[in-house]
Amino acid sequence: MAAEVRLAPLLPMVVAQTRAEFRRLARVPEFTGFGLAFPLILYIFIGLQNGRVAGGDFHKYALASMAAYAVVNIALSSFGITVANERGSRMDALMRATPLRPIAPLVGKTIAAVVFALAALALLYLAGIVLAGISMPLEQWFNLTWRLLLGLIPFICMGFAIGYLAGPSTAVIVVNLVFLPMSFASGIFIPIEALPAFIRDFAPFLPMYHLGHIAWNAVGIPFNDILKSVLWLAGYTAAFLALALWAVSREDDRRFS
Amino acid sequence: MLQESGIPLTLKVREVVDLFRTYYPKPLPTDTVVEIAGLGEFQHRLVSKLSGGQRQRVYFALAICGDPEALFLDEPTVGLDAATRRSFWGQVRQFKKRGKSIVLTTHYLDEADALADRVVVIDHGLIVAEDSPEAIRALVPGKKVSFHSPGISADTFSGLPVEGLVVDASRVSFLTSHPEDVLRTLFGRGAPIADLEVAGAGLEEAVLVLTGGR
Repeated sequence: MAAEVRLAPLLPMVVAQTRAEFRRLARVPEFTGFGLAFPLILYIFIGLQNGRVAGGDFHKYALASMAAYAVVNIALSSFGITVANERGSRMDALMRATPLRPIAPLVGKTIAAVVFALAALALLYLAGIVLAGISMPLEQWFNLTWRLLLGLIPFICMGFAIGYLAGPSTAVIVVNLVFLPMSFASGIFIPIEALPAFIRDFAPFLPMYHLGHIAWNAVGIPFNDILKSVLWLAGYTAAFLALALWAVSREDDRRFS
Repeated sequence: MLQESGIPLTLKVREVVDLFRTYYPKPLPTDTVVEIAGLGEFQHRLVSKLSGGQRQRVYFALAICGDPEALFLDEPTVGLDAATRRSFWGQVRQFKKRGKSIVLTTHYLDEADALADRVVVIDHGLIVAEDSPEAIRALVPGKKVSFHSPGISADTFSGLPVEGLVVDASRVSFLTSHPEDVLRTLFGRGAPIADLEVAGAGLEEAVLVLTGGR
């Protein structure tokens, strides 16, 4: 004899949740500043040198690389570190005691992450144009942007899995421990062909490597078939999503049943 | 009300109320919530900057913002100072005025006395009394007597109409409906009595008697 459960309308819930996410971004400047400034600083050190990359223009390669890095950084920190913090502060317990629909904070966080990512990309593009004198057809800028925004998806799932598996104090370490070596090994900071052979053999198994290929391809550096990379990322999305859902249900059993 | 949980620290008090209101199909207006929970003076402050007592009010606000018919408060004033507890009682009364049911569990019996229309005393999982606070108070003798009496033994009280007698090194206390008679007899028996206090028995004394002092 389950009582009829009346739920609040979803749209105002999503709007309010999104607004709360933007307020969080605006009020934690160290978090937001890191997400915007760190890729820019790396770009200035790495992307402005007179490097070489196989198959195309080094400056465009470096910009696309750092753009991919910035987007993944936002996905992993917004969804990994933040989710772990919410669990650590027991904010999730309060939310679960309300009839909040779980999809609302998910959508809110995603919208905020997309806008955050766009801001980070805009800064990098500006630096690329002004400091490196990069000029490309509008279509390439556009392709790079939408491809990277779609590229948020597997890394949001990865962030979620980390956020639910790691504790609040370890999430930051886990994210950095996974993210930095993965970026190096994927040819983000140093072109793939300059990496040691054993890393080059290992790289094609990393999600970042495939996001890198999709980004480089967008700016006219045709490394290889990007369909393969898209399929790899789809596979990673499914795997991380399954891992995250398993971690969520484990959490349900441990803390909320 | 879930006090052992986090609240979004990067939001202001009024913003958190507004956010939580969207979770419910028929929420109370924000101004009403702010008024009932007494958030007015700090409604534009960040949650992370609040004191413990203020945070408690926010939890209360979040519990009522969906305009529930019943509210469960599990020891809501544990760890609060006396003034904050009393202002919290005022908020609970405000919500009660709207015709809502409130189930309050507490170990502070003055709190139950101050707020409840009906008190249920539970001892080791069994209901030992269930009535209005006045009726429960009336279950035990009306006065609480206590005094300082070094060396007195419980035998001194034999045959006297007292309940809940506690004799220890520093202080003797008991309940009785006839404090004058009892004291006269005690003086007659030569009991050394100093620092005498006679007070009306409260709900706390009644509950102690009902639960056998456990």
